[in-house]
Amino acid sequence: MTAYLLASLLFLVGIYSAATKRNLIKIIIGLGISGYAINLFFVLLGYRAGGRAPIFPEALAAGEMVDPLPQALVLMFIVVGLGATSLLSALAVRLYEKHGTFDVRRMRRLRG
Amino acid sequence: MDILLSVVAVSLGAAFAVPLAARRRRAPAALAAGAAFLLLCLSAAVAARVPRGGILLHRAGGWPPPFGVVLVADGLSAVMLVTINAAVFLAALYSSEYARRYTGEWRFFTLLLLMAAGMNGVVLAGDLFNLLVFVEIAAFSAYALVAFGTASEELEASFKYAVLGILSTNFVLFGIALIYGSCSTLNMADISLALADGRRGAGYAGFVAAVFVFGFGLKSALVPFHAWLPDAHSSAPAPVSALLSGVLIKTLGVYALARVLFNVVGMTPAASRLLMALGGLSMAAGAALALGQWDMKRLLAYSSISQVGYIVLGLGLGTPLGVAGALFHLVNHSVFKSLLFLNAGAVEHATGMRDLRRMGGLGGRMPVTAATSMIASLSIAGLPPLSGFWSKLAIVAACVGAGRPGYAALAVLVSVLTLAIVMRLQRYAFFGEPGGRWDGVGEVPAPMRIAMCALALACLLGGLLAIPTVGGRFIGRGAEALLAGGGYAEKVRAAAPEGAWCGSRGGAGAARRASARGGG
Repeated sequence: MTAYLLASLLFLVGIYSAATKRNLIKIIIGLGISGYAINLFFVLLGYRAGGRAPIFPEALAAGEMVDPLPQALVLMFIVVGLGATSLLSALAVRLYEKHGTFDVRRMRRLRG
Repeated sequence: MDILLSVVAVSLGAAFAVPLAARRRRAPAALAAGAAFLLLCLSAAVAARVPRGGILLHRAGGWPPPFGVVLVADGLSAVMLVTINAAVFLAALYSSEYARRYTGEWRFFTLLLLMAAGMNGVVLAGDLFNLLVFVEIAAFSAYALVAFGTASEELEASFKYAVLGILSTNFVLFGIALIYGSCSTLNMADISLALADGRRGAGYAGFVAAVFVFGFGLKSALVPFHAWLPDAHSSAPAPVSALLSGVLIKTLGVYALARVLFNVVGMTPAASRLLMALGGLSMAAGAALALGQWDMKRLLAYSSISQVGYIVLGLGLGTPLGVAGALFHLVNHSVFKSLLFLNAGAVEHATGMRDLRRMGGLGGRMPVTAATSMIASLSIAGLPPLSGFWSKLAIVAACVGAGRPGYAALAVLVSVLTLAIVMRLQRYAFFGEPGGRWDGVGEVPAPMRIAMCALALACLLGGLLAIPTVGGRFIGRGAEALLAGGGYAEKVRAAAPEGAWCGSRGGAGAARRASARGGG
């Protein structure tokens, strides 16, 4: 339970950073943190105290392994997170070239 | 090859075939339009083959569900597939002229087809994981397409869109994790069976539903989650705006939300009230904000928020007429909003501007654009006998029938506001004396005109779908699929009886769950 709460806390840290920071790079980092918190939460859901790696030898019952499916899913979403980070960074670099700053307050042309 | 698999395979394959043809000058555009036409034919075939009240099912790699990945098409998927691929085809046709302004034309068409592949996958996915993967494929292509012009505003809009989009994905993933934690499965039918079992997830099904409403609501730009939409939809290239407003927000947002709420988690009175409130708020706020806009595409983008509100209101009512009206409005909105964005693109293509204050009198110079734009405007405002009238009538009647006269009055009021909004657009852009300003301006090239005329024709004839014998086969079956609720799971189980489904796992399943609990 403590682990779940800590993962939630990490998620909130990420959301806080993405929502309040004014620097594009810090926003990207905040989003990354929130994504990792969810990934961590998902892996923890499949964890079983004292469980083994989910490789299926003959003599082992399924109940003694950790759940492999969350791990596969999280692996996939780490890759999605990589794509997200690289896309956002590319946009941030282009914006820096246009404005000479990463500060959103000094580049905001569009209204809400 | 199985027809459901081929819908996904053709769109993905074509997306990656476009870069191979990049060296020939007109090949990317021709390839994209050809592939989109093939997809349209395939989705019409899927719609024709889905049996009444039944489903088509494809086991990817031959593995039985719920452990194997399945593609599922029911009445609702058929409605979405046809709508998506018709819009993609016309946008690709239009882009064959419009995209000539860009240096990397093939990149544009690759992203366009990837977006189509993502949307097609979303409506066919039979499990939550693949649903989210396809959502991501479509969303990432959309982020890149919004920034395609690489001007400062476009990059900023894309950044904003991507940040909120990724945030919404995190929430959806959180919801999926919660569901997996209680049901130990990701197949949507299996989750529905497990929840219906009553032993699992009962405590926090409402919380899971709220997480999904937040995640998918952000993707469908419901007020108060709408901040990204006006920027993104007005900054994107015109055919992409047409797809974003016309089909993307509905596929990634409304369809996904409806599927999860109706067929997987199950509608509750609380969820129904929440949807109606969000829908009503979006309708009113979107229309009010659209009134003050001077940028042609920005005005249309705000009006999209308002029209999606109608769809969500109809879904929230949950009555047969309400849901059918919502789906009908979804189809109609994708037609007339795509058309209005293509018109805005044509005006921009010919004059190089989007500011309504500096236009006027274009009607004489661009007769096709002006006429099709007028048809779309009257249709979105809900004037009979055009398509928009019938879907709004159905939603208003459903509100009254469900004992919600307040929402009915709001829907009528917003419809009047919409008429004011689009007539303002018409007056400033097309009416009046051209003077000498537009001497060099002429009508846009043929492919763009054909795309606009086809959509205008769909606006004129769309009302025919209101006839039960015509629309019942299409819209009606989509509404039935949603209203069946848990019946979706039964149909999938009947189509793949060999699977180890939740309800039928019996003692083994219970033992498996007990051991899982004990160990955790």
